[in-house]
Amino acid sequence: MTAPLLSMRGVETRYGNILALRGVDIDVEPGEIVAMIGANGAGKSTVMMTVFGDPRASAGSITFDGRDITRMATHEIARLGLAQSPEGRRVFARMSVRENLRMGAAVNGSAHYAEDLEKMFAIFPRLKERADQRGGTLSGGEQQMLAIARALMSRPRLLMLDEPSLGLAPLVVKLIFDVIADLNKRQGLTVFLVEQNAYHALRLAHRAYVLVNGAVSMQGAGRDLLARPEIRAAYLEGGH
Amino acid sequence: MPEAAKPGAGALAALKDAGGAALVAAALSFPIVALATVEDINQKLVLEQRWSWVVGAAAMVFVGRLATRAPGAAVVARWALFALAAVVAAYFVSASLDIDADWPAPLILAVIVGAAGFAALALSAPFSAASAARAKQRALRADLAARAGLLRFAGLAALVIFPLFALWLLGPQGSLKWINNYGIQILIYVMLGWGLNIVVGLAGLLDLGYVAFYAVGAYTYALLSTTYGWSFWICLPLAGIFAACWGILLGVPVLRLRGDYLAIVTLGFGEIIRVVLINWSDLTNGYAGVSSIPRVTFFGVPFIDDDSGFAARFGLEFSPIHRTIFLFYLILALALLTNAATLRLRRLPIGRAWEALREDEIACRSLGINTVNTKLTAFALGAGFAGFAGAFFAVRQNFVSPESFTFPESATILAIVVLGGMGSQLGVAAAAFALIGGMEMLRELDFLKQIFGDGFDPAQYRMLVFGLAMVTMMIWKPRGVVSSRAPSIFLKTRAAVSGDHVGEGRG
Repeated sequence: MTAPLLSMRGVETRYGNILALRGVDIDVEPGEIVAMIGANGAGKSTVMMTVFGDPRASAGSITFDGRDITRMATHEIARLGLAQSPEGRRVFARMSVRENLRMGAAVNGSAHYAEDLEKMFAIFPRLKERADQRGGTLSGGEQQMLAIARALMSRPRLLMLDEPSLGLAPLVVKLIFDVIADLNKRQGLTVFLVEQNAYHALRLAHRAYVLVNGAVSMQGAGRDLLARPEIRAAYLEGGH
Repeated sequence: MPEAAKPGAGALAALKDAGGAALVAAALSFPIVALATVEDINQKLVLEQRWSWVVGAAAMVFVGRLATRAPGAAVVARWALFALAAVVAAYFVSASLDIDADWPAPLILAVIVGAAGFAALALSAPFSAASAARAKQRALRADLAARAGLLRFAGLAALVIFPLFALWLLGPQGSLKWINNYGIQILIYVMLGWGLNIVVGLAGLLDLGYVAFYAVGAYTYALLSTTYGWSFWICLPLAGIFAACWGILLGVPVLRLRGDYLAIVTLGFGEIIRVVLINWSDLTNGYAGVSSIPRVTFFGVPFIDDDSGFAARFGLEFSPIHRTIFLFYLILALALLTNAATLRLRRLPIGRAWEALREDEIACRSLGINTVNTKLTAFALGAGFAGFAGAFFAVRQNFVSPESFTFPESATILAIVVLGGMGSQLGVAAAAFALIGGMEMLRELDFLKQIFGDGFDPAQYRMLVFGLAMVTMMIWKPRGVVSSRAPSIFLKTRAAVSGDHVGEGRG
């Protein structure tokens, strides 16, 4: 077995006195899609943000490609080949789609910018239509596409997605998940995503973790978890 | 709209609404301004009734509110009503300042203007026509934006010709005021506005103490030249570098702050610099300031009435206007340098990083942007340009004292940036022209003395005009004169998107 690309060992994160993560162990192997599901407030986004060093883990260690990144600054971590589409998308509202994508390529300068821009426009033709529009004028789905495309512009080795389906119409969610699956299959892109939409996430992921109260309570292949009655009861009943 | 058919109905509704606003104003001003305690001749406290003030406040609000409700087509009516509001306001301020004013004249004037305005409003075209006119206006604006390049060139050409034209038209005596009080004064603020625009407009860091860097630049030249006799041309870059260092010095402790918190700390920093300038009197000579600062030379050739002077060397008849004209071109060049640097930087990674930082700091960091360096370069560059402007200020005045660097200066520069539209170079320049030029212009309104009496000094109303400009802008152009932003990357055509389509910026 190859060494994991991202590995978290006993990671604890605090917000003041509150322990948000209680010793989280996660591995993401190269070429995998790994999902993390959990209820509101379970600490899913905190896992994501802790990987990026903001907030910093108070205990445990995080390694990326064998390198300890636990104490690194966010922008240095981003330069190692980790890219994220943050929760709430956070596109640059008053900058055009093109400028947003240019910012995504900030870490590797303008070396592959033109080439990668065309790639993004091929993956998300909607962004090409909107290329000179401001980020803030896009619809929610288009903003999510932009956030993902912006993250991909840095040619990451690991793409981290925080709730890519949040607040989007089912058709758009399907489109975005199809793109993620496609990127993984064709380019071998490693993906780690945090989702509340357990059904879609578990169907997409090779492996998945279930986070409860800041700790991993279950893990396994995505489809296996999807079949488990306790998962169905907790995260899938009442529609998906 | 059903009432679109009847122009009178809209006017009636506007009248009702304005009446309501006036009532609120009257109710609010009653406890605050209606009664005042004053000491009489026997040093006893007596109540003074100031009902005319309450009426005045209500009247002002009534007219102002009516003006804001006027449909778009009734532009004339709107401006007439604003003129009325201004006159009423001016009258009551003059009354409050105990300026000997003639009662009936201004009021009669106000009533006539107001009545004419309201008549125009009542008779104006229906609202649907108004919106058509608005659409036409918008089209015109888009057209103007398309021709911005030409406009910029024409503006620049006018600026270059201006001092020579003024000299030709008014002679050395008459043109001095125009080149100095208008030209140079405005250009200093254009430059300061452009400098602050880097910090506030592009990087989104609200800086209320910008004048501190202006002061650092001014004192750098003042002290280096009077103590060591260094020339202006050596001190100018030094002033910029020194001010930039102070910008970094301020930047480091406030790296983690944004928005309101940053504003408070920068405000404090501005005051610290001023207080140090006052109290470190061994170095700065305190309140008295630094005087007899060497004047500017034409790259070493002094502007003096002598064989070695500028006039003699170039075969001209000596006149002090030569120095003033040279100062004009100097500040013009400095301002254009600021502009060119900003425009260039906007297209470079650092400039884009500033703008991204303004939009979303967290997203910025996660894209691998070092936000610490990004902020510090914005602070340093903004401060550096203020330092240049400061050195220029010192060489122009040949005197500096802490009094030139008080908080209202910072507020004025910030107002120029905000009024102009944050991030827009053209808008900031326009705002500087309007605000500083407008304030200077008040000195020219001596004919108003014939209406308001001899004690009337229009220049005392600068803050009132300032306030009116602010309120007017909040109503019609809440994002500044130029609210659209030209993208820094584009394919073939620049498609500037109107600010109306995008949410207001935070922090």
